[in-house]
Amino acid sequence: MKRYTFRIKRFDPEKENFRWDEFSVDMEPMERVLDGLDRIKDYADGSLTFRRSCGHGICGSCAMKINGRNRLACQSLLRDIEGRGTARRAPTVVIEPLEAFPVIKDLVVDMEDFFEKNDLVLPYLINDEPPPERERLQSPSEQEMILESITCIMCGSCTSSCPIYWTDSQYLGPSSLLKAYRFIFDSRDRAEEERLEKVTGVHGLWRCHSIFNCVESCPKEIDITGHITELKRLALKNRFRS
Amino acid sequence: MTHQFDTVIIGSGLAGLRAALEAAGAGNVAVLSKLYPTRSHSTTAQGGIGAALGNEEPDKPEWHFYDTVKGSDFLGDQDAIEIMCGDAIRAIIELEHMGVPFSRTPEGRIAQRYFGGHTKDFGTAPVRRACYSADRTGHAIVFTLYEQCQLKGVKFFPELFVLDIVIENNRCHGVIVLEISTGEIHIFSSKVTLIASGGYGRVFKTTSNAYVSTGDCLSILYNRGIPLEDMEFFQFHPTGLYGLGILITEGARGEGGILINGKGDRFMERYAPTIKDLAPRDMVCRAILTEIREGRGIDGKDYIYLDLRHVPKKTIKERLPEITTFCKTYMGIDPSEQPIPVIPTAHYAMGGIPTDIDGRVLMDEKGSVMQGLYSAGECACVSVHGANRLGCNSLLDTVVFGRKAGRAIKEEIGRDTAGKNKKEDIVGARHAVPLLERSKIMIDSILKCNGKERLANIRTELQDRMMEHCSVFRDEKNLKGLIESIRNLKERTKDIYLKDKTRKFNTELIDAIELNHMLNISEVIASSAIERKESRGAHYREDCPERDDTSWLKHTLAFKTDKEIEFRYKPVNITRFKPEERIY
Repeated sequence: MKRYTFRIKRFDPEKENFRWDEFSVDMEPMERVLDGLDRIKDYADGSLTFRRSCGHGICGSCAMKINGRNRLACQSLLRDIEGRGTARRAPTVVIEPLEAFPVIKDLVVDMEDFFEKNDLVLPYLINDEPPPERERLQSPSEQEMILESITCIMCGSCTSSCPIYWTDSQYLGPSSLLKAYRFIFDSRDRAEEERLEKVTGVHGLWRCHSIFNCVESCPKEIDITGHITELKRLALKNRFRS
Repeated sequence: MTHQFDTVIIGSGLAGLRAALEAAGAGNVAVLSKLYPTRSHSTTAQGGIGAALGNEEPDKPEWHFYDTVKGSDFLGDQDAIEIMCGDAIRAIIELEHMGVPFSRTPEGRIAQRYFGGHTKDFGTAPVRRACYSADRTGHAIVFTLYEQCQLKGVKFFPELFVLDIVIENNRCHGVIVLEISTGEIHIFSSKVTLIASGGYGRVFKTTSNAYVSTGDCLSILYNRGIPLEDMEFFQFHPTGLYGLGILITEGARGEGGILINGKGDRFMERYAPTIKDLAPRDMVCRAILTEIREGRGIDGKDYIYLDLRHVPKKTIKERLPEITTFCKTYMGIDPSEQPIPVIPTAHYAMGGIPTDIDGRVLMDEKGSVMQGLYSAGECACVSVHGANRLGCNSLLDTVVFGRKAGRAIKEEIGRDTAGKNKKEDIVGARHAVPLLERSKIMIDSILKCNGKERLANIRTELQDRMMEHCSVFRDEKNLKGLIESIRNLKERTKDIYLKDKTRKFNTELIDAIELNHMLNISEVIASSAIERKESRGAHYREDCPERDDTSWLKHTLAFKTDKEIEFRYKPVNITRFKPEERIY
């Protein structure tokens, strides 16, 4: 057991003010940040509010800013993220809500806009050809093209970390662009042009300046900027073709 | 605020989404979820979805039917199982056409792998029947169904918590919900309500289940007079990460992984000589715990190893990437270099809300139907899984019976004339008002709680006791002690303390309500387990170790009464396969 200080940025929706609270928690270095939040909620302050569900990095509920970087609380072990302690002071875990989304309470942010942006890129397979009796064939190499993009869990870490999104709230954001990629590059989809049109507007693809914050913050280690670059390449190619 | 929809669906997991997609053809559909739709617990399903596609080797729906019946220890209803296995191929092809990114064979077909209890030729050898998307199959299907629902205009209401279900005169009129972000209470009045709210593994200490799997809607329905069926059958999954309970898919053994004890023996050879490590989960769990009890755990401790070191690195990388990450993140080990320490983890509820094959909720052992109420998925009991579910049959259950419920709902809505609908809406809303008031009073009284008990202490004690006395091995004495503990814990909830007295996003309040539901459900599980004096599937009684078909080849129905729980029974539907000794 080791003593950690959890320094948490909190928002009180009744008083509409932010404050910082500190809690000392004895934990094993192999435990998750989420375990620490649970312990604080269970034994120190029941009003501490955060989202959580699966507890192992699949549902995407518990994305938050931990020691300055967007991560999932359930996927961050104390030993991996701990701030340096000193002889007098315990290692500190600083936790804040995801940036750029309106805060509802403590670490809970409003994700409506995030999900709505996703809806703008026609996020579903479109193919009006009559389906074969059995499965549509897709070779392993064709599937390879979308393999990384389908692992997205919509946690919001990427969009929240994107400086373009900070300054342009209408920007589609890395998550939605990744979703567009997922369908455009699916060999079974037939709506490349429609979708490209959706993502090449003023607040779309071209606003991405390849800052790579999204890549750095993605808990599934998806090369989001790389995928957006592929979309840009395709959009350019199509423009010169027409 | 009152909302009116033709169909209200509780739960945005696979069953709820699949039903919504089907019902969307008639009238408007609302899907209500405790979470955002893409966060439901279905996303964590890893290994696969079963169908006798025969893409990798010859297979038949009939073999799948037999395996499922035998896997259920002959408690599954064979009419329902035949429907599920017979519809499986169509269901998978349909999912593929919707866009599910299944893993592929070199020819571009849907790839399939081995899974526990799935065999060819009525049990002679394992067969590759599980269709998968690496080890993220649930995630892949949830996203696809959610996307298709958006396309069909299904309306989603995220982060609503069900407080009550409006039942009056044998008809369901909708639900009362708490809007988590604002603390406001809403009425959702509907012609048809479908409960697809998932499982309740959180009542156990070690579980693969999400925090949200607390059985709220089952508990509410039970309180409203609906019986709960076969609650004594709760599946433990053999391979949860040691200390955490995080699931390591059966697909790991499907790809060649083996279980080894402290002596380095592949012990499953002794328990299931034909299919060994691919035996059904109930048997593997008992085998693991027997090895540990007899001192053959790793270094004499309480876990064993899942060994993938001999599996080609390429296979692990391509087909088991997610569990590889779990092992690295949480245990600091690389499964292609080191064996994985595992223990059985509470995983899946075979029991639940009794339904017919179209998802209609049944009120008694005679099969009387509750009007306007449907259920599908893990919370429901059709029953296709009987006493023990086979791996990769749960996802199949959700899409087959979710669709069937959706179709029945569509028909029911379509039959209703416009005039009658309107009248019923008003009636429904009227019935809901007293319940709305009662919910308000409940919340106010919880928020006022200023006692001495911490919620977490009660919850932890419940989970510890359930794990100790109601998991893989059970006996009457311990179960009786458990029930006493549960009743004692129920008393203690009257003296809880809540720090958060506010309305907006009060998750402490939700914790408190969930705890009541968990205690309620646990009492039904333990009581049903005491009543069934035999061992069958996942329910193993050390004081009655044999299966007893003469007395117990029947489904349990637990009814709430003012005093003790009342038990009634109904026969198992046996059409094709007569009960036989279950050897693998």
